[in-house]
Amino acid sequence: MRPKIFAKSVDLTFSTNDGPVDALKDVNLDINEGDFVSFIGPSGCGKTTFLRVLADLERPTGGTVEINGVSPRIARESRAYGYVFQAPGLYPWRSIGKNIKLPLEIIGLSKHEQSERVKRVLNLVDLQDFENKFPWQLSGGMQQRASIARALAFDADILLMDEPFGALDEIVRDHLNEQLLDLWKTTSKTICFVTHSIPEAVYLSTKIVVMSPRPGRIIDVIESTLPNERPLDIRDSSEFISISQRVREGLRSGHSYE
Amino acid sequence: MRSVVSICVVVGALIFVWYLAAVSLNSTWAIDKAKRAGLEIGTKELILDTLSQEKPKLPAPHQVVSELWKTTVEKKITSKRSLIFHSWITLSSTLVGFLIGTSLGILLAIGIVHNNAMNMSVMPWAIASQTIPILAIAPMIIVVLNSIGVQGLLPKAIISSYLCFFPVVVGMVKGLRSPDKIDTDLLHTYNATNAQKFWKLRLPTSMPFLFASLKVGISASLVGAIVGELPTGAVRGLGARLLAGSYYGQTIQIWSALIMAAMVAAALVGILALLQKLMLKRMGMT
Repeated sequence: MRPKIFAKSVDLTFSTNDGPVDALKDVNLDINEGDFVSFIGPSGCGKTTFLRVLADLERPTGGTVEINGVSPRIARESRAYGYVFQAPGLYPWRSIGKNIKLPLEIIGLSKHEQSERVKRVLNLVDLQDFENKFPWQLSGGMQQRASIARALAFDADILLMDEPFGALDEIVRDHLNEQLLDLWKTTSKTICFVTHSIPEAVYLSTKIVVMSPRPGRIIDVIESTLPNERPLDIRDSSEFISISQRVREGLRSGHSYE
Repeated sequence: MRSVVSICVVVGALIFVWYLAAVSLNSTWAIDKAKRAGLEIGTKELILDTLSQEKPKLPAPHQVVSELWKTTVEKKITSKRSLIFHSWITLSSTLVGFLIGTSLGILLAIGIVHNNAMNMSVMPWAIASQTIPILAIAPMIIVVLNSIGVQGLLPKAIISSYLCFFPVVVGMVKGLRSPDKIDTDLLHTYNATNAQKFWKLRLPTSMPFLFASLKVGISASLVGAIVGELPTGAVRGLGARLLAGSYYGQTIQIWSALIMAAMVAAALVGILALLQKLMLKRMGMT
């Protein structure tokens, strides 16, 4: 089966004032359809850069990337993915409903279709009563849920998420992790998820990609052995702990703790 | 309520200082007049005299107010001596110049933000244009335009727009460039065209910057309209009243035209502030 996302020998070198910076070096990765892949590593290891390469927000200086069998640029132009940033990025002059309509307006869907989709995705993230409220009236967690709803609105197969829960507290984070897993099971999308948190990476993913900095490269790719049904207390099981240990060893071997 | 009281206190203090200044500046004339008549002048008579001279060095507030009243309420609007008539002349060229200057400023700003060649070439010329003293080129503009048959309101409006377009360009360029990278990246992932990015993101974010520039621009337009009335000995408008007053030594006329101009400017800026409030409310950003 052809991989959904395919990266081979990807290099990205930034030229800065004090010399070139190797953000990514010789990155090779296959992601299959329906995978939930987490990228974990310390700051500066290239995980956000790699996500941005997949999204065609950065161009690699070497290697090939294919998404759905085409280049990232063509994938972006055909709107093959939804991107969720670290900050919700909602426009303060639009209500939540109108914010979600933003990609749908750009695509050019009919007004009727737009309203239907807005209602559907708001139900998915449990924000159905907030369609006419403004972003400043919502908490941080709710704004991030609205941002996820916006990324789901135009039915792309792929979801690229860059530390979406990084700015939220632990309790909200647990809740949103559960909701995200439910969403993934219902919609069967391919999700690439960047995170700093080892428990979050192990809890959510079917595949964990451990990266390390200077230069940014993949240290280890771990296929998760956890079952697909994951209640929150699976985080205390011995299987979970052994996978977390493997992640931590990968990070240590990549000098992340020095 | 508290702000009304504090405003009244400040205004009261200013008027009091104004009276003191009027007495002291006009007293030389009063004392000289008494000396020539061979009379000694007492303090009370001195004060009363300084506050009711016909051509004082500094008119007292009540003299200015009574002149304003005489030339607005007590004159027909169509009369050539009505201050409302003159204010309307100046106001009409202010508004036309404001519209021209604002449109030009916004178009230039859009060009600067979207086109690299314009970005590098327009700004230096715009800045250079503002360094030329307006009093120097206003007569030239009026004479040149009159000679090709463009008279009356339009030359003054052009001078107004000349002073008005620059703050609008600067403000709008800043505003159109103000969205964060995260917001422009988001639209990039939706493959939005430049036009869609403009209408859906850049224009809404630039609204606060635009209104700030408009407030500066409309005061500059009013100044431009008045300056445009000075050079060619114009007979209508607030600038013309100022000029006529200074020719004939009618200081009260000068001051009443000044106060009227200030009130017109305050009203225009106030209307813009109100529009800004309404716009922000509609955009949900109270």
